[in-house]
Amino acid sequence: MGWVSRRRVLPALPALTLAVLLVPLGAGLIGTLGPAFGWMPGLAGAQPGLDAFRALLAWPGLPRAVTLSLSTGLAATALSLAIVALVTAAWGGTRVFAALRRLLSPLLSVPHAAAAFGLAFLIAPSGWLMRLASAWATGLERPPDVLIVQDPLGLTLIAGLVVKEVPFLLLMTIAALGQADATRAQTVAQTLGYGRTTGWLKAVFPRVYAQIRLPVYVVLAFSMTVVDVAIILGPNTPPTLSVQILRWMTDPDLSLRLQAAAGAVLQLALVLAALALWRLVEIATARLGRAWVLRGARARLGEPALRGLSVLPAGAAAATVLLGIAILALWSVAGLWSFPKALPDQLSLRSWMRHGPELAEIAARTVTIAGLATLASLILALGCLEAEHRDGLTLRRTGLWLLYLPLLIPQVAFLPGVQTAMLLLGLDGGLFAVTAAHVIFVFPYVFLSLGDPFRAWDTRYATIACTLGARANRVLWRVRLPMLLAPVLTASAVGVAVSVGQYLPTLLVGGGRVPTLTTEAVALASGGDRRAIGVFALAQTAAALVPFALALILPRLLYRNRRGLLHD
Amino acid sequence: MTRLATLGLAALLPLAATAQTDPADWDAVLEAADGQTVYWNAWGGSTTTNAFIAWVGDRVAEEYGVTLEHVKLSETADAVSRVLSEKAAGEDDDGAIDLIWINGKNFAAMKENDLLFGPFAESLPNWALVDQTKPVSVDFTIPTDGYESPWAAAQVVFMYDTADLAEPLPDMAAILDWAQANPGRFTYPQPPDFLGSTFLKQALYGVIDNPDVLLEPVNDADYDAVTAPLWDYIDALTPHLWREGRAYPQTGPRQIQLMADDEIDLAISFSPGEASTAIANFQLPDTVRTFVPEGGSIGNASFVAIPYNSGSKEGAMVVADFLLSPEAQARALDPQNLGYGTVLNVSALPAEERALFENIDLGIATLGPDELGPALPEPHPSWMARIEEDWVARYGVAAD
Repeated sequence: MGWVSRRRVLPALPALTLAVLLVPLGAGLIGTLGPAFGWMPGLAGAQPGLDAFRALLAWPGLPRAVTLSLSTGLAATALSLAIVALVTAAWGGTRVFAALRRLLSPLLSVPHAAAAFGLAFLIAPSGWLMRLASAWATGLERPPDVLIVQDPLGLTLIAGLVVKEVPFLLLMTIAALGQADATRAQTVAQTLGYGRTTGWLKAVFPRVYAQIRLPVYVVLAFSMTVVDVAIILGPNTPPTLSVQILRWMTDPDLSLRLQAAAGAVLQLALVLAALALWRLVEIATARLGRAWVLRGARARLGEPALRGLSVLPAGAAAATVLLGIAILALWSVAGLWSFPKALPDQLSLRSWMRHGPELAEIAARTVTIAGLATLASLILALGCLEAEHRDGLTLRRTGLWLLYLPLLIPQVAFLPGVQTAMLLLGLDGGLFAVTAAHVIFVFPYVFLSLGDPFRAWDTRYATIACTLGARANRVLWRVRLPMLLAPVLTASAVGVAVSVGQYLPTLLVGGGRVPTLTTEAVALASGGDRRAIGVFALAQTAAALVPFALALILPRLLYRNRRGLLHD
Repeated sequence: MTRLATLGLAALLPLAATAQTDPADWDAVLEAADGQTVYWNAWGGSTTTNAFIAWVGDRVAEEYGVTLEHVKLSETADAVSRVLSEKAAGEDDDGAIDLIWINGKNFAAMKENDLLFGPFAESLPNWALVDQTKPVSVDFTIPTDGYESPWAAAQVVFMYDTADLAEPLPDMAAILDWAQANPGRFTYPQPPDFLGSTFLKQALYGVIDNPDVLLEPVNDADYDAVTAPLWDYIDALTPHLWREGRAYPQTGPRQIQLMADDEIDLAISFSPGEASTAIANFQLPDTVRTFVPEGGSIGNASFVAIPYNSGSKEGAMVVADFLLSPEAQARALDPQNLGYGTVLNVSALPAEERALFENIDLGIATLGPDELGPALPEPHPSWMARIEEDWVARYGVAAD
């Protein structure tokens, strides 16, 4: 194929991409809206009307479930953003920051469910921390009867979300830093007499935030609607709204399917309201922030305290996930391990032996799906960005928002509708269908991760290359992509991690016939066998971790002598 | 490609595509089953059941050429909703599910919505071995009518840790007294988890005068009066539960983990052999034993059913029949494997097959058949639905 045919393909890519994402999404939403308003073929007794919403409003747990969804989502997002902003402000560019980043980035790949289990195994009254304390300090023989995990306020759920969202936002921030001209702005601010933290917050943060705004929105929408983490760490009397929707969706009483659909519509409205609220707070913060910047105060009083305080939560997030994984690993090889012993009575490879052969097959399938979904997403994302660059086919504003719809709309709201639509079209729920479904969720993350660095690339390099006689394709392959290797690899690693962690799409689109490490781990989670959970959560973590290691190591190997290309 | 071919044939011969082998013609069933793949949707939350199903897969592949794939569910209801979506979408010939581990309200929902294939159960060759005195033809008072085939019998027992609780507790009142004296040491899975709901039903049996009313569909006049003593009981119990009833374990196995962590000393189980199996797998300390309350405990059976749109009905019937074989039943009974009760009439088996059962060491925590006491019938599903709903409104959304 010559470049002529490629030139025809490229301009069509943005439209094709939108179709890949939005057709299933639209079909799924119709499949949700229909039942919410009483339309559901195949269900006896379904009548068009508002009965489902009336039933939803009659559920006594609704006010608390709605409050929980909002409070945990907003708190987790605000905390994660504050931690990331402060730690980057106070420590950006230092050795501590580099160490923290090396510690936190791989943690992004740790599946949410695994991190949540790790946290629960650590801080529960019978968890490892209490065991440790009992052995040396408290002398307790039995775990204290206190409610830590699954507390009614959702504090543990917030903590579980924060430890996972801090690495995500930090990675997004670091990717944005290179494009925000942070180092020079920081230097200028410090030359003008500002302290490191204050200077960064005043001069760099506004630019960085503009680039990480959509990731922040995604964190908000995700935190409000997450199911697996909320099942493990969140309250149950009542649960968050999304968990309750899933319960109705999976209740044997089929008429509850309508109530679930109405709940999904409400959940969608809640997410939109929370995003609007967040936007208002953004505007208010920008006003206040501008006044603060203009005042020009250079007081350095709070600086050392701020530096100390900012590193603690970030370090704690990293330590929590790492320790949690270590405890999962320990459980995977534990024999009997009774309270209050800090270590198992005996070690045994029995759990690994039992699951080994099955594990290998499932891991191979997981990696295949993740690789294919990421590759497809990467091709689409690079194609869209290049089309934008060459032909001015920008996806900004409304178009860009459409791309992120799959991340902003609760999965639990549209996936059952997708399942029905696939059946109507006669598509089998095989490996290919699951991969295609994963692309819906993987692509936005890949695009999100890649878009800003790609656009912020200095196009004068292209101009120079063109004046040297290179055509557009050559510029792309020989100049732009090599210079953007670090962000491309990061985006791929994010894509694989996202794919590996998908539960609902795999289960619903695959019809349960395409088991992956995640569906297996979540199925085991309902059984609470910590040894089996340990085995599968570790395997799942490894499947997502290896690409991250490569994304960190490869640019360092290839660009040992080109510091500017490392996107540090 | 296969799919296109199937569609083409279906267009030419609309009847041929939907006709199936008559279950009564077992040789024809065996012939059609050879080479089929059966997707068995079964709860995947227990490693021991998963291993058992894998073994069944090996055996039916050897004997009958049937490939068995275990689709691990976290909720059996997922499978019900899958079949429902398929019906809504007109996928009537080759759905994703060929066999479902099912009972109670899931079965009632599927049967009521015409989502099941049958009747087939009484045509299985091994049906003749089944003990008809066990609850094998009625599932939560709903007649099975041959639309599901039993494969395991279950009965409620309480597990207790003798390290903390020396003697069995004779009845529900004793459980309440003990819980009041030992706050925070007892809990049950959160209804509507089936085991938690079972605890409520068991408690109901323990506090009402005339249990016969439970076998009829619930009606409003009865409901309040009949359940009043139950709610008095639960009101008295709740403040003394683990975490003061502000949180509950979500499933039975989670409850076992609490016991292993010494957070609780008493827990309900729906499998007399579960404690022994858990001890063998290091999931419980070897000080755990079981008891049944005086007057008996609720018993039921686990079944397998075939969705109306399975494309491998013959293979699914072969698996259902194999599950009833003495070989499979004896393996399931062994606590080293599963610890599930058999649905067969063991004493009527030929000596050689009877020996399979008699040689099994039931394990230190398992009660013998004579110690289990009478099995009480499951109440009509409408009772369970109302009680669950009421429980959720009273205790399930009121946390603070």
